[in-house]
Amino acid sequence: MATLGEHARTQPLGRARGGERAPRAVVFLLALWLCLFTGLVFLLVLLVQILIEGWPRLDANLITNYSSLLFPERAGFRAAILGTIWVIGCTAVLAIPLGIAAAIYLEEFADNERWYTRLIEVNIQNLAAVPTIIYGLLTLGILSLMQLVLDFQNRNVVIGGGIALALLILPVIIIATRESLRSIPAEIRAGSLALGATPWQTVWRQTLPAAVPGIATGTIIALSRAIGEAAPLLLLGAVVFIRSDPSGLFSGFTAMPVMIYSLVSQPQEELRTTASAGIVLLLVLLLLMNAVAILIRNRFQRRW
Amino acid sequence: MSTTTVGGGQSSGAGPPSGGSGRQAPTGEVPSLRPSSSRIGERIILNLLFFAAVVSVLTTLAIVVSLVIPTIGFFREISIVEFLTGTRWTPNFADKDYGVLPLVVGTLWTTGIALLVAVPLGLGAAMLLSEYASDRMRRVLKPVLEVLAGVPSVVYGFFALFFIGPVLLDGLLGIEVGTFNVLQAGLVLGIMIVPTVASLSEDAMSAVPSALRQGSAALGANRMQTTLKVVFPAAISGIIAAIVLGISRAVGETMIVAIASGNIAQVVSDPREAAQTMTGFIAQAATGENAVGSLAYNTLYAVGLSLFVITLVVNIISIRLVRRFREAY
Repeated sequence: MATLGEHARTQPLGRARGGERAPRAVVFLLALWLCLFTGLVFLLVLLVQILIEGWPRLDANLITNYSSLLFPERAGFRAAILGTIWVIGCTAVLAIPLGIAAAIYLEEFADNERWYTRLIEVNIQNLAAVPTIIYGLLTLGILSLMQLVLDFQNRNVVIGGGIALALLILPVIIIATRESLRSIPAEIRAGSLALGATPWQTVWRQTLPAAVPGIATGTIIALSRAIGEAAPLLLLGAVVFIRSDPSGLFSGFTAMPVMIYSLVSQPQEELRTTASAGIVLLLVLLLLMNAVAILIRNRFQRRW
Repeated sequence: MSTTTVGGGQSSGAGPPSGGSGRQAPTGEVPSLRPSSSRIGERIILNLLFFAAVVSVLTTLAIVVSLVIPTIGFFREISIVEFLTGTRWTPNFADKDYGVLPLVVGTLWTTGIALLVAVPLGLGAAMLLSEYASDRMRRVLKPVLEVLAGVPSVVYGFFALFFIGPVLLDGLLGIEVGTFNVLQAGLVLGIMIVPTVASLSEDAMSAVPSALRQGSAALGANRMQTTLKVVFPAAISGIIAAIVLGISRAVGETMIVAIASGNIAQVVSDPREAAQTMTGFIAQAATGENAVGSLAYNTLYAVGLSLFVITLVVNIISIRLVRRFREAY
């Protein structure tokens, strides 16, 4: 004999106007799928299109040569690749310790009732949504101040790019680190404190190590965002065609996305192909970084 | 791991915590990590951490100061009335005019078109992920959608200029557009902010208690009716917050508009024409060689400050709305 429960499980609950199979409901569901797939198809077309355009230029010259307007068919991204490495290195050194320290304070020590804690929190949310080009304006101002003290002429320097991008990704790192710290159960902290560890020992030896996978994932994603960012660097004047490798914090540089931008603005057809090839290079790099981030998250993240 | 970084008070730290007064937290709550005794090393570290957190506030202050000072210099030479109400923006011509309206109108066009794309697509995707998708589907589809936000904007600009305009609009749809136009920039900008809109709206809709869905189903509604008439209204403030954040992203985006929407500052009435946006002007005029204090340099900051104020207002609205929907359930 079929019980009432079985009956309820086999019969759909919604029966109004034909239930889930009603024509309007089916059309609605199809429309929702269409919304999702429009974005994905767009992405696919973009990738295929750029790969096809850049294909003829995907050779060794692309990496080893400097950019050239005279011989666009042999122009390469050497200065831009090295520039990006220098600037992102700078960004990482500046932003990662600062971001993690700020997150530890806010998550482990801050008193949420205090007005200044709330101010800091609202402020970080706000900074995360400030237009990236504003960070370029800020850095230009900072560099003008630095020029008063230090002796350098050109404002398009590696340290400038590093400062701009570090300030830009700082909120992202703080937010990711806080989320990671928050997922560590309170029992770990309580146990450590109960065994006589000081608050800082607890953070340094228990909470932080447990949060490393989450922090690493968030940091890599933040850095990959910085790598693709061109707007703040434009303001420093990084558009110029540079034919030398960066050699220090105060040497001139250009970066991958800025280089792509300046190639797009040129009328020659060959440079457009070079730009496509550069984009392929940039996207492959970003894809690798994101793959590493996902790998770290899946392999090392513990569920408590 | 070495403990030398911990500093002075550390060496005596092996013993039991002294006194422990004020430590006892009510059972079930997280014990406070605030130091109860005055260890010097701990205090120094705590102050360093606090300083790191304060850096973010200092950044905001620095942004405001660095924008305001050159802007004051700008308004010494150009009247504020001309800046806000003038309809010609020609700082690079011999006959210079400094009315910011053309840039604002350009920004409104690209942002408006972007919203027409991003709001339906983002909400549709969010409804699908939140109300229809299984856990497994969501785990696969969400990161793929997020990839759209991870593509560098200079790549989107390239795609808008060389594909969306000439191939899609001109070729396939038969809309005659110039090389640079507001339409192609706005469309691609819209695709770029779809993940922003979708992800926050999905959070808002997932936060609606399932008791409301069950109640709706018990009254005989199907999923479409539940989604549109129960979940959507219940999550509306979060959804608006998502859209507002999308607006802020669209207003502040630089590279797509700098590449694809052209650099002629004009008040346009037709999206097939070229127009410059506020961010587009800053990107085009910034060569890194403008002397500090010159009018050209100050002009960048006047436009930058206007942009900052607009996005700040939009962001504050969004943060308020998010807080409200978090408190609702």
